[in-house]
Amino acid sequence: MELIFEKSVPGRHGTILPRSDVPRANDLPAGLLRGESAGLPELSELEVVRHFSNLARRNFAVDTNFYPLGSCTMKYNAKAVDEAVRPFAGAHPVLPYLSSGEAFVQGSLGVIHQLSRLLAEITGMQAFSCQPLAGAQGEMAGIMMIAAWHRSHGQQRRFVVVPDSSHGTNPATAAMAGYEVISVPTAPYGDMDLDAFTKTMNNEVAAVMMTCPNTLGLFNPHVEEICAIAHRHGALVYCDGANLNAILGKVRPGDIGFDVMHVNLHKTFGTPHGGGGPGSGPVGVSEQLLPFLPSPRVTQRTDGSYCLVEAGEQSIGRLANFYGNFGVLVRALAYITMLGRHGLVEVSEQAVLNANYVMNRLKGWYDLPFDSTCMHECVFSASRQMKHGVHALDIAKYLIDRGFHPPTVYFPLVVKEAMMIEPTETESRETLDAFIAVMIEAADLAETNPEALFQAPRTMPVSRLDETKAAREINVCCQ
Amino acid sequence: MDFYFTREHEWIRIDGQVGIIGITAHAVEQLGDITFVELPLPGRKVKQAEVLCAIESVKAASDIYAPLSGKVIEVNELVENKPEIVNSSPEGEGWLVKVEIADPGEVKGLMNRDEYTLYLKGLS
Amino acid sequence: MSGSGYCPQTPEQIREMLSVIGVGSIADLFAVIPAELRARSFELPDGMSEFEMLAGMERLAGRDRRNIVPFIGGGSYDHLIPAVVDHLAGRTEFATSYTPYQPECSQGTLQALYEYQTAICRLTGMDASNASLYDGGTALAEAALMALRITGRKKILMDAAVNPFSRQIVRTYLANLAVEIVEVPAVKGQSDRQAFLAALDDETAAIVLQNPNFFGGVDDFSDLAAAARDRGVLSIVAVYPLSLGLLKTPGEMGADLAVGDGQSLGNPLCFGGPSFGFLVVKKEHIRNLPGRIVGETVDKDGRRGFVLTLQAREQHIRRQKATSNICSNQSLCALRGLIFLAALGREGFAELARLNYDKAQYAKGLLGSVRGVLLVTAGPSFNEFTLSLPKDAATVSERLLAVGIAAGIPLGRWYPGMESCLVVTVTEKRTRAEIDTLATRLEEVLWS
Repeated sequence: MELIFEKSVPGRHGTILPRSDVPRANDLPAGLLRGESAGLPELSELEVVRHFSNLARRNFAVDTNFYPLGSCTMKYNAKAVDEAVRPFAGAHPVLPYLSSGEAFVQGSLGVIHQLSRLLAEITGMQAFSCQPLAGAQGEMAGIMMIAAWHRSHGQQRRFVVVPDSSHGTNPATAAMAGYEVISVPTAPYGDMDLDAFTKTMNNEVAAVMMTCPNTLGLFNPHVEEICAIAHRHGALVYCDGANLNAILGKVRPGDIGFDVMHVNLHKTFGTPHGGGGPGSGPVGVSEQLLPFLPSPRVTQRTDGSYCLVEAGEQSIGRLANFYGNFGVLVRALAYITMLGRHGLVEVSEQAVLNANYVMNRLKGWYDLPFDSTCMHECVFSASRQMKHGVHALDIAKYLIDRGFHPPTVYFPLVVKEAMMIEPTETESRETLDAFIAVMIEAADLAETNPEALFQAPRTMPVSRLDETKAAREINVCCQ
Repeated sequence: MDFYFTREHEWIRIDGQVGIIGITAHAVEQLGDITFVELPLPGRKVKQAEVLCAIESVKAASDIYAPLSGKVIEVNELVENKPEIVNSSPEGEGWLVKVEIADPGEVKGLMNRDEYTLYLKGLS
Repeated sequence: MSGSGYCPQTPEQIREMLSVIGVGSIADLFAVIPAELRARSFELPDGMSEFEMLAGMERLAGRDRRNIVPFIGGGSYDHLIPAVVDHLAGRTEFATSYTPYQPECSQGTLQALYEYQTAICRLTGMDASNASLYDGGTALAEAALMALRITGRKKILMDAAVNPFSRQIVRTYLANLAVEIVEVPAVKGQSDRQAFLAALDDETAAIVLQNPNFFGGVDDFSDLAAAARDRGVLSIVAVYPLSLGLLKTPGEMGADLAVGDGQSLGNPLCFGGPSFGFLVVKKEHIRNLPGRIVGETVDKDGRRGFVLTLQAREQHIRRQKATSNICSNQSLCALRGLIFLAALGREGFAELARLNYDKAQYAKGLLGSVRGVLLVTAGPSFNEFTLSLPKDAATVSERLLAVGIAAGIPLGRWYPGMESCLVVTVTEKRTRAEIDTLATRLEEVLWS
């Protein structure tokens, strides 16, 4: 499909602007002006609409296709949740910085406060900041709070410990906060190796970062012990909440010893993923970390009104232009309000049921490196198919031809040829069965006709793309 | 001129005071299509087993460690512009860095070709 | 009873699925979780229908007071948004997909992001863009981190005329990295060139500037960028993208890195988010960019297509050695920005910038002539300017707010000594009548 710039016709107009009702001002000095107008496309409104409508049709999305992308929780996003944002769209974020301006945004501040309280109850943490703009930024806030906490105890520790199965964001975050990373191997039973972990711990370790349940979709029964060991060495424990969808109402990280955690609103709390974002990663803390939360904070006065408070000197400071991805916060509040206590428990129960169903139906066909009851996702390996030269990638591409978005492939790194399937709670048995049938078909083809897999996909606007060329001959902007 | 190998799959060819460094065919196979080689600046001093440079492929990034201590005296500018040469000729045209060897005694810690071949067998 | 309505399995299906799994009940699936680790509380309200939820959210939103005329900006601007932006970006194929890891079934998002990167490069006059970051402030922090990596130096010189919120974010991001941040005080709302030139040294990684600056002043930083280059220092220029319909670009000034917040390009105020940040650089720095980047390539049959590229920079491959921990981008907001720019087009976008300029100049003339009011930014400005009032600006602002006008941002909170100053923003949405009313009311508040 042509680029929008290639469709441009000089002199053509789109949106008509209001006529000016003020006199034309004197021009700025030429030295302050751009040499020529920016090379933006020139199209009619209809041409713009056609262009983006046709681009949209070149996407798989939850609303059009099953999208079992592991670790991303691609659940259906209720349309009512999007509607909830409309009445909030006009609130100006600078108003709270004007004297008595808070009175003009009580509703918006209320959203932040109410959501923070709900997240605290859901996770068992003491308090939340909704400022982090994504899960990775929530992690950064968390590790920075841990660093500040150590400093407040007169300590400057060196290391952050992560399991080797962790999301890449965990070690990357630790590095951004100035720490060196120690990686602990995964034991044959699929959890972080407890002995190796115990040996790793010393009083130079600032934090341990764990995903709960972990990235293999398993709940680590030793998690409380790990927290206790870390605490004995004076380290704090961070919970990557990316997989919270599995344990709503079942386990609260705050109850079992985690000191900090983030939640991904776009995963667990039903907000659209937007083709890569905006996400939102509120960060919650235990009591001892309250003074370190990002600034500003939204609090409630005794008369019930909400106010914005610049946090004290111990705060790690500001993370976002304003108060976070507010539109995403509204949607998450709407989602939690609509589902309520029972609805959220049902979310986890059905997500775990669906994942175990897929796992059991497919384990005759694909290797399951960690064969035990899974939580919200299961991780297979295409190692059996490898014997016929078929990789996880080939199976992924075949699924596309059959109308399914592939699972996450090649993650976690500890599983060779990994295929990580997260069906979520919103998929019907019929959809799961159709997906399972195609996965079995792919396994059969791997043995009988691998070429069919290598040729996939053939039904998309493009066939397999040359990623090597893209990386060698860099073209990220059309001339 | 002798080839020596590291456990991280670098090779070094020793020619008097000068060592030429590259990565082995096995390393190239693991990485896949190489898309970028980040070379060190000439003049830089490295210690044995320290990170010397980095290599990127589409889906991986790998640090290259110095087989021996020394000073970088030349880098292969060809691979900067045509990283695919590392794929096609890892032990020839696709060499990466020339160093002035600081301590020839350090060779004791490296493998010769037979030992390396055996080492690779042990990995598979 | 089914709690939410979003879980489709019938009781019969649940029974069948449990038997396939080989367990008796859903509780058995959670048996792996020891009893002592179970949730001690889960005291949430009961659920409700979407209709009740929406009514409740509407009530909460009703506590926001909406009938204010905003002359405030500070990083978030009240601009027109063409209807096509909501319509097209609202398409669920864009909204309910995720990061385009599988390019063949994500060409819509990928091509749109490639077009976005191109549009942002053309807007800023720079060579290469990533596929967006969280917001303008974090983009500035990432740019500072980039400069530290590229130069291997440990000091950042930051203009105090840069948005204070952005400066706070930079401080947060760099807090644990043993980096010195030196703030160069602004003089009368302008960057202090002498102070910058005096502070530039071989330890400095980057200078950080903003155009127009927080006070509204418009500048040309070509001289500072050149002076920085002579010392091996990178220049980072933060811009207000809408102003680039008119103003000299960071590329034309010789900036090495440019950043900005994309809210003004088709994203609603929405109490400050979501928006998007952009980070654009000279070609030689592309491998140091954080975040997703989309690149052009070809498929097996030679057709053009787009993929995420240079991924070896990123956290999912390089882990602790990645250029950043960022994983998501603000794809949907960046898409809104692209659609906004395409809808307005080359001339329309320039016209929009001109409209902002003309209205603000009109307001500047009018407000500057109110008795006792002085212009701090008497020099060139775009759609913001700073007034010095004969009374405390916070008090004046409060009294104007009481009559429904958010007259500007009082500066005392961030700039000690500037308690009488107010930054006024005038976008294309403010009418002449609103501006006239502001002038009248201001005079009343000051003198009656």
